[in-house]
Amino acid sequence: MRTAAPLDVVRVRRDFPIFERAVRGKRLVYLDNANSTQKPRAVLDAERVFYERGYANIHRGVYLLSQEATEAYDRARARVATFLGAGNPAEIVFVRGTTEGINLVASSWGRANLGPGDEVVISEMEHHSGIVPWQMACDAAGARLRVIPVTDTGELDLEMAAEVIGAKTKIVSLIHVSNALGTINPVEEIVALAKRHGALVLLDGAQAISHGPVDVAALGCDFYVFSGHKLFGPTGIGVLWARAGILEAMPPYQGGGNMIHTVTFEKTTYAPLPFKFEAGTVNIAGALGLHAAIDYVAGLSWDAIRAHEAALLAKALDRLRAIPGLRFQGRPARQAPVMSLTVEGIHPHDVGTVLDAEGVAVRAGHHCVQPLMARFGVPATIRASLSFYNTADDVEALGTGIEKAIEVFRG
Amino acid sequence: MNELRELYQEVILDHSKRPRNFRKPDTITAEAHGRNPLCGDTLTVFVDVENDTIKDIAWEGHGCAISTASASMMTESLKGKTLAEGNNLFEWFHRLLTAPPDLGAPAGPLGKLAVFSGVREFPVRVKCATLAWHTLKAALDRDARQVSTE
Repeated sequence: MRTAAPLDVVRVRRDFPIFERAVRGKRLVYLDNANSTQKPRAVLDAERVFYERGYANIHRGVYLLSQEATEAYDRARARVATFLGAGNPAEIVFVRGTTEGINLVASSWGRANLGPGDEVVISEMEHHSGIVPWQMACDAAGARLRVIPVTDTGELDLEMAAEVIGAKTKIVSLIHVSNALGTINPVEEIVALAKRHGALVLLDGAQAISHGPVDVAALGCDFYVFSGHKLFGPTGIGVLWARAGILEAMPPYQGGGNMIHTVTFEKTTYAPLPFKFEAGTVNIAGALGLHAAIDYVAGLSWDAIRAHEAALLAKALDRLRAIPGLRFQGRPARQAPVMSLTVEGIHPHDVGTVLDAEGVAVRAGHHCVQPLMARFGVPATIRASLSFYNTADDVEALGTGIEKAIEVFRG
Repeated sequence: MNELRELYQEVILDHSKRPRNFRKPDTITAEAHGRNPLCGDTLTVFVDVENDTIKDIAWEGHGCAISTASASMMTESLKGKTLAEGNNLFEWFHRLLTAPPDLGAPAGPLGKLAVFSGVREFPVRVKCATLAWHTLKAALDRDARQVSTE
């Protein structure tokens, strides 16, 4: 068996300029990666070089700059396709992020495919962006939204999934990795279940995308969405992948320039894929930045990243378990390096502020999963989420920071 | 750590652990429910206003140390005050929380409420400190409308 060389985290951190700065006079300990990730210099350079040396709008100009920009944008699309294991770059639609990707599918696909009596299945651990667009689509179509419950361990209740997904199910929309609990969902099983009933599957890859390879062909899903900013890329750029046949049959999402073939006041014909879904001037620099981010991650090796993150997660769980009164919300068997926790008698916001004063950035709140928080009976949690550039020192800083909070409030 | 001590002063910690006026009064002329959807803090403020004077004020709910202490200390500060005095105090309180950190704390009529000056170092916590006050304002505005229609 071939094992990858371990990740050289000291070297990797030098690629991220933000780690050069101090926060409140302390070393920055960034543990909010489930929210958004930091950017390597390669991503910042890609955007800057484009604006400084190569900027023009795409698809329109007859001049060299525009042609170069168009080619760079096309290369970014092709790179995303390879990254996701999608055979055809035309199946890659650039969107603003995961939220827009799900809205696009819920709106366009939903309009053409959902009707009274149909059912859309989501899970209790969906992010609000995996709930609200489907509620809106179901309301518009008279369809019913059904929910796969989550167990006490923070995992999908697969027995219930088999009951909820049925003949009326038109689509299952599921978060690949929980942004709040870190649960890695058994998406292959859900895909198999959905296929048995002829339903499509959308996977929300916002969290999964930065922790391991994604191969849409192997997953067998029909839609996959993710955000560039959670993959060390820029904000405002994201990806919707879907099978070409499905995209072709869907009505456009937004109308405007770039998405048309011909326009007359009587009738408009639409551009071929993927341009049908990219109305208006797109986020060209964002796409180029995302391309650079993918190249950067690909240069590190997933095996090394996964080994490093798994070791850090184990260390974090051990370190935090030793703190009296600390409780993990959800203890999934397969967990990405994302932890939700509460500390007895101290509100998550207060813990978050004490950590902030120590230079430790975490998220304290409901993490856009209010139904899941309600399921666990907590108004909010502290969420610490790790990435490959985090270190054992970061984990220790989290532990001592929480202990400091306990000292402040119980001392 | 100094910023922390400044934020979580003993008075604030004390009020957060043992909130005062944490009850539902027998006579209530106005009440309102306040929520901070971002962190799940939720509270209800009850007032008994007679002749423009806050005869009684109390609250119930749960939240972080800052919002709990703020609600507790707000009720202590306002009992017996006129509505105009209450409004004035809220204005001073708001100024205290949002003034630039390098500026000294405005004294004014704030009294004990000046302990919240440390919140300025943590701007995201301002809404925690003002939740009870905004809720009270909502209750009184509603009360005022009711009064004016009678």
